[in-house]
Amino acid sequence: MSTSSFNNPVVKWIDERLPVFTMMQHSAVDYPTPKNLNYWWNFGSLAAFVLVIMLLTGIFLAMSYTPHVDHAFVSVERIMRDVNYGWLLRYLHMNGGSMFFIVVYIHMFRGMYYGSYKAPREILWIVGVFLILAMMATAFMGYVLPWGQMSFWGATVITNLFSAIPLVGQEIVTWLWGGFSVDNPTLNRFFSLHYLLPFVIVGLVVVHVWALHTVKSNNPTGVDIKGPEDTIPFHPYYTIKDFYGIGLFLIFYLAFVFYAPDFFGEPDNYIEANPMVTPAHIVPEWYFLPFYAILRAFTFDVLFIPAKLAGVIAMFASIILLAVLPWLDRSKARSARFRPMYKWFFWIFVLDCLVLGYIGAQAAEEPYVTIGQVATFYYFAHLLIIVPLVSKLENPRPLPESISAAVTKSDSE
Amino acid sequence: MAETATEIQGAPGTGESRRDFLLLTTTAVGAAGAALSLWPFVHSMNPAADVLALSSTEVDISPIEEGQSITVVWRGKPVFVRHRTAAEIETAGTDDAANLPDPQKDGERAEKPEWLVVLGICTHLGCIPLGQKSSEPRGEFGGWFCPCHGSHYDTSGRIRKGPAPRNLEVPPYAFTDDTTIKIG
Ligand code: HEM
Ligand code: FES
Repeated sequence: MSTSSFNNPVVKWIDERLPVFTMMQHSAVDYPTPKNLNYWWNFGSLAAFVLVIMLLTGIFLAMSYTPHVDHAFVSVERIMRDVNYGWLLRYLHMNGGSMFFIVVYIHMFRGMYYGSYKAPREILWIVGVFLILAMMATAFMGYVLPWGQMSFWGATVITNLFSAIPLVGQEIVTWLWGGFSVDNPTLNRFFSLHYLLPFVIVGLVVVHVWALHTVKSNNPTGVDIKGPEDTIPFHPYYTIKDFYGIGLFLIFYLAFVFYAPDFFGEPDNYIEANPMVTPAHIVPEWYFLPFYAILRAFTFDVLFIPAKLAGVIAMFASIILLAVLPWLDRSKARSARFRPMYKWFFWIFVLDCLVLGYIGAQAAEEPYVTIGQVATFYYFAHLLIIVPLVSKLENPRPLPESISAAVTKSDSE
Repeated sequence: MAETATEIQGAPGTGESRRDFLLLTTTAVGAAGAALSLWPFVHSMNPAADVLALSSTEVDISPIEEGQSITVVWRGKPVFVRHRTAAEIETAGTDDAANLPDPQKDGERAEKPEWLVVLGICTHLGCIPLGQKSSEPRGEFGGWFCPCHGSHYDTSGRIRKGPAPRNLEVPPYAFTDDTTIKIG
C-alpha cells in the first residue's frame, strides 16, 4: 500500500531499488479478498502447490533418468529400486500428475458454477484454458518417458492423430517423431519438452495471477466488491485457510503415494515398450478419458469431413471452445446460486463429463459407442445451445445488494 | 529524431511516402528473414540423415508354410508377410468387386498372388493389427483385426469395416529370387 514502509534497513534498501517487497506486500498480504469465499476457492492455491511439487520431484527424477530407448525403462526401474528415495520421488511425481488434474478440474468447474469467467474476468479465464492445454501436453509427454507399453502405444496413437490433417498430416507426424515411428528421437524431444513446458506453465500462472489481482476474485454470490466492508486482507485470513486446505490435500495425496501408488496407473506400463506388440486394450491416463471418448465418438463422416479428422477436431474443440464461454453465456447473474435453471444444467454437464470419462475407458463396442456419441453430443449442446439459450430464457433470482449484505442475511437464514 | 524529421518533411507528398515505403519494405524483409531463420530449428526435428538412410531388409520366405505369416522389422516398423492359401487368394479376388472404402484390386497389391506383403500398422492410429498367429482374431473378413478401435482388414489387407480410412500400406519390395524378398 505504501512505498517502502519497511523498517528493516536491508529490506528497505532493496525495496527502494527493486520493489519486490512492496509487490509481495500488495499481492499476498494486503490484497483485498471477498470475505465470503468458500472452500471451492482453495483449489487455485492448491494447483500452485502441486505445480511446485511437480517441479521439485521432476528436477530430481531427471538427475537419474536416461532418455534413451535402450535405457529409459531400466533407468526408471533403477530409480524405483536403487536410487535413495527414488521410489518416493517417482510416486510423488506420478500421483502428483493425477492430483494436478483433479485439483484443476475442480477449479474449472468452480469457475463454471460461479460464473467466474464472465466480465471482467475473460482474460483470466482464457489464460486458464491455455494452462490446461499446457498441462495436458506436459502430462502426455511425461507419460512417454518411462517407456513402458502404454507409454509407447499411447504416444503412437496420439501422435498419429495428426495424420488426420489433410494433405500434410503424414509429414507432420514424421516431423513430430523425427523418424518413421515413435523411436529414440521422439523420446529425446519429449524429454526436452517435458522439462521445458512446466516452466511455461509457471509463466502462464504468473499472468493468470496478475489478471486475477487486476480484476480481483469473484465470490459465491457473484456480486462485485462494492467497498472495503466486502473484503478482508489476504493475510492472515486466506493464507491460513489456504494452508489448511494444503494440509487436507496432503492427507489425500499422500494416502495414494504411500498406500496405493499405482492406483491411477496401468499395469501394462511396467512392461517395457515393444514396438512389435500392441497391448490388447490401450487406454490413456484417466484425466484424458473424456476427451478420448469424444475422439472415438466420431465413427461416421461429418459432411465432407472424414470420421478420423472429425474426431480430432471435436477433441481439440471440446477444450478450446471453453475459451469463448464468456461470450456464450449472456446472463447478467454470475453465480449459479441465483440462476435456478442454469444450476441444474451445470450439474447435468458435470455428470455428462463423468459419463464421457467412463466411456473413454471402455472398449469400442456397443452399447458404449452409442452412449459415448450421445454424451459427446450433449457436451457440445451444453456449451453451444443450452448455455446461450438458458441465459436468455431464465429469470435470475434477485441479487443481493452487496457481499456484506448477503453474508449478514444468510447468517440469519 | 524521427519526430523532428517527420515534422520537417511533413509537407504532403514526397518525404512521407518515401519514408513509409522504406519502413514497410524494411519491416517486410526483416520479418521474412526472421521467419526463414526458424526453418533450421523446425527442420532439425525432421528425420536425421542416419534415420533416413534407407535401410532395406532381406527376408527368406522359404520356411513360411501356406496359411502362415511372419512379421519382419523394416525401418523400425512391422511388416506382415503372409503366404496366402488358395481360398484366401480367391476371396481377395472376388472382393475386388465388393464395396471397398479404399478401392484397390488385389492384383495391384500383391506381386505374386501367394505372397501378401503389407505394413503391419493400422491406418487409423497406428496400432498393430492382430491376425498374424492362427490363435489371434482375424476379423470379419479373414485378414487382420485391429483391437484398438475395431478395424477389420480382408485377406488382401484392405480396410473393410471400422474407423481406419485406408488399406494396409504395401511397402516397396521386390523378389530377388523365388524364395527371397527385399523390402525397401
Ligand atoms: C506440469 C507439471 C508436470 C506434470 C503434469 C508431469 C507429469 C508427468 C507424468 C504423468 C509422468 C509419468 C510418470 C510415470 O508414469 O512414471 C512424468 C514423468 C517424468 N517427469 Fe514429469 N511432470 C511435470 C513436471 C516435470 C518437471 C518440471 C520435470 C523436470 C525435469 C519432470 C521430469 C520427469 C521425468 C524425468 C519423468 C520420468 C520418470 C518417471 O517416469 O517417473 N516432470 N511426468
Ligand atoms: S488404431 Fe487400429 S482401429 Fe484405431
